Amino acid sequence: MSAAVIDVRNLQTHIVTRWGTIKAVDGVSFALREAETLGLVGESGSGKSMTCLSIVRLVPRPAARIVGGQVRLDGDDLLAKTDTEMQQIRGRRVAMILQDPMSSLNPVFSIGMQMREPLAMYHGLRGGAVRARAAELLASVRIPSPEARLRAFPHQLSGGMRQRVVGAMAIAGPPRLLIADEPTTSLDLTIQAQYLGLLKELQARHRFAMVFVTHNLGIVARTCDRVAVMYAGRVVEIGPVRRLFTTPSHPYTQALLASIPRFGVRQARLTAIAGQPPDLATLPAGCAFAPRCPHALDRCVTEAPPETAVGPAHTTRCWLNVPA
Amino acid sequence: MSRVLTLPDAEVQQQSSPRGRRAPVVSLAIISVFVLVGIFAPLLSPADPYEQTLRLRFRPPVWEERGSWAHPLGTDRLGRDVLTRIMWGSRISLAAGVLTVLLASAVGAAIGLVAGYYGGRIDAGLMRVTDATLSFPVILLALILAVTVGPSFTNVVIAIAVILWARYARVIRSQVLTLMELDFIAQARLAGAGGWRIITRHLLPNTLNTLVVLVTLQVGYVIIVEASLSFLGAGIPPPTPAWGSMIAEGRDVVTSAWWVSMFPGLAILLVVLAFNLLGDWLRDTLDPKLRQL
Amino acid sequence: MSRPDSVPGNGRPLLEVTDLTKHFNVRRGMLGRSTGLVRAVDSISFGLEAGTTLGLVGESGCGKTTTSKLILGLERPTAGAIHFGGRDVLAHDREARRDYRRSVQAVFQDPFASLDPRMRVATIVAEPLVINAEMDVSTRHRRVAELLDLVGLPERAATLYPHEFSGGQRQRIAIARALALSPRLVVLDEPVSALDVSIRAQILNLLTDLQTRLGVSYLFIAHDLAAVAHMSHTIAVMYLGKIVEYGDAETVALAPKHPYTRALFAAALPIDLDAPRDDVTVTGEVPSPLNPPSGCRFHTRCPFVMPHCVTEEPALRIEAGRQVACHLYGSTP
Repeated sequence: MSAAVIDVRNLQTHIVTRWGTIKAVDGVSFALREAETLGLVGESGSGKSMTCLSIVRLVPRPAARIVGGQVRLDGDDLLAKTDTEMQQIRGRRVAMILQDPMSSLNPVFSIGMQMREPLAMYHGLRGGAVRARAAELLASVRIPSPEARLRAFPHQLSGGMRQRVVGAMAIAGPPRLLIADEPTTSLDLTIQAQYLGLLKELQARHRFAMVFVTHNLGIVARTCDRVAVMYAGRVVEIGPVRRLFTTPSHPYTQALLASIPRFGVRQARLTAIAGQPPDLATLPAGCAFAPRCPHALDRCVTEAPPETAVGPAHTTRCWLNVPA
Repeated sequence: MSRVLTLPDAEVQQQSSPRGRRAPVVSLAIISVFVLVGIFAPLLSPADPYEQTLRLRFRPPVWEERGSWAHPLGTDRLGRDVLTRIMWGSRISLAAGVLTVLLASAVGAAIGLVAGYYGGRIDAGLMRVTDATLSFPVILLALILAVTVGPSFTNVVIAIAVILWARYARVIRSQVLTLMELDFIAQARLAGAGGWRIITRHLLPNTLNTLVVLVTLQVGYVIIVEASLSFLGAGIPPPTPAWGSMIAEGRDVVTSAWWVSMFPGLAILLVVLAFNLLGDWLRDTLDPKLRQL
Repeated sequence: MSRPDSVPGNGRPLLEVTDLTKHFNVRRGMLGRSTGLVRAVDSISFGLEAGTTLGLVGESGCGKTTTSKLILGLERPTAGAIHFGGRDVLAHDREARRDYRRSVQAVFQDPFASLDPRMRVATIVAEPLVINAEMDVSTRHRRVAELLDLVGLPERAATLYPHEFSGGQRQRIAIARALALSPRLVVLDEPVSALDVSIRAQILNLLTDLQTRLGVSYLFIAHDLAAVAHMSHTIAVMYLGKIVEYGDAETVALAPKHPYTRALFAAALPIDLDAPRDDVTVTGEVPSPLNPPSGCRFHTRCPFVMPHCVTEEPALRIEAGRQVACHLYGSTP
């Protein structure tokens, strides 16, 4: 078994708010090998975005703080690095693509000028070499007429194009880990399909591990190798995509899959999940999903379930899966 | 119905020390003191603000030699008690500030609401007038009025308000433009609401936060303008005690009888500062998006 | 839920749209000279039977939002006709227009922008009643309580403000308001896209139940194709202002014919890992509606483009139980 590119162990991030301290990321662990993609699935408040920010140590200070765990990138613990060291790592060994390309790109600078900064900083390129490399990167993300595009401004490009530019900047490293936080949510469906194809192609070529954050299980099914389902800051189930989708172990995963409308299956009603997403400031002592779980036991309310294996590389946090 | 808490976005910077949350007690206290003093000036003041006692001219404040408790802050060139005149002047300044601002905001908000709601040519026309007004200097207009019609309290209020409304119109209009994009306005239309209803029941209440902040911040500005006008002789005419004219009267003796100009100046400083701090706090509490005001 | 095979009524659809067109002038310069024409909606026709749902799908720039605004009366069409319950909605009959206004309501995408933050829920839900119906206060109160109950909210919700509710609950409030005047058609513009996945099913179920109970029709606009396929009886696929495919929902969703529809549904990524994948992809970006391609508007991105497609615009033709506008299919009826 080859070494993990990214190995997150028991990551914990807390946020101080006026309603108390929230455990935004509460003991998240996962590992990825080269060219492997993890789908990080969850709803608002699940902690998926905060997990990503924690990995690159960009949590909004001073309210949010990483309080525990390890994040090993090729064996190097990122949480032990200094700020200066992290600056060298971000953008180079770890890259991030966010949801809204318009805010990822500075509207007053041309594409070329924006790409110049990381290329000059991380690769020491100057002058003509920068331009050539930038055009090369744009070409690798299939942007037509890359030379001309360098002079364009973000507002002159479509959403799909902008995301490609962001993608081009992200693979400049090339990175060992690419974190994509809902990169296609704001794109049209057909553009989304193109972009997902592009990401897979780039991954095959550069062999980076990818964490793909999304709430769209369809994307996970088609583009990810493994999937981690998060709820209220914890990973409630993690495993290979096929196993999770065909035999989900956690009631939340089961309920999510059941609640999504499917093509070709005529349903009168969808199986809805009762209740509301949890209020992170007032989480119950035990399993956070217990209030909405159709199979909740007494134990679930008081004790948080441990991580239990339910198959090869497939674990879940649920008392129902713990042998009595 | 539990309160649903969602995680802050990565972009949202939470300030861990609630800077804006502590009520501006000092500012409110200062404002209250001046308001009460202004209202009850006839009862509280130690002397008559108009009474001239020429043999008591230029008495220094109580803590200096020759000072006395009869005139704690000294007297001016006509022997009038400075403290009394400051207390009475409070009425003028605060009244001018509040009245002007209320008048300007009412007119300005109305114009901003109408321009923002109707758009098109109405908006274009109103905004041209607004822009022209914004560029007109207040002091100049007041001076013209003073020369032609004669200086008075009413003229000061009108002169300032006639220019000030434009600021409100601009700000309210841009707020309205933002609000118009929101679906609840379209929903009101779908329910059959006409312009009047949408403006009064939907747009206006949602601009109140901005109005309150702007009004508070502008009171200080108006007080300074009024004081400037009075200083120039185009504002409240003597012998009515107004802080600006008091400063003017002490201009020639500022090195010797410094108290004549200093204390009215201090009064202006305190009141304006208090209103500005109050306005800042209101803005932070009510609508952090207004930070550029 | 079975599809209504026979629809009660006089046989005419509840909503009938014929050659509906909306062009926008693009103005530049200080004097506002018109420099171009955006053909947002270009001569589309469709019908909606009472008590059913028509799903409208397409990507940005296709014209579905403009279509919904035209149906809602928030925009006036440049050309074409809208008939509702047999009556011409665009005629200058004030009463017909007012009746239409009451009969057609909407629920929009953003639960945080569709409720006035300064009004209590009771006021929000009652507003259409206050403006339109001659009801006394107590009747109104009762109606508001009835509506809140209909959407699954407790009575005490009436005294609260929107910010005290979650996104899903706010959409329920929006639905309650939309139903206040007992409309016959509700335009649902991305009603669940802004909600958490676990809440979407709740709201979609609610909408389905309301349709069964009240017989209300829906114009359902969404980019979640699975949700559209689930909710709709008929689907219309739009591209650059035109309808390219139109027919029974199941037929269109499971066996799309138009290359764009095929690409769209192929991109929809069902969660069923073993579902057969239609391998149709499109390249390039959506052309600007200011300058739509000649002939078939889709020809610039179509993997099956023929020379014919560049010059001649295909009309909607019947093919395998639905209508398609594509030169690959059908013979002119």
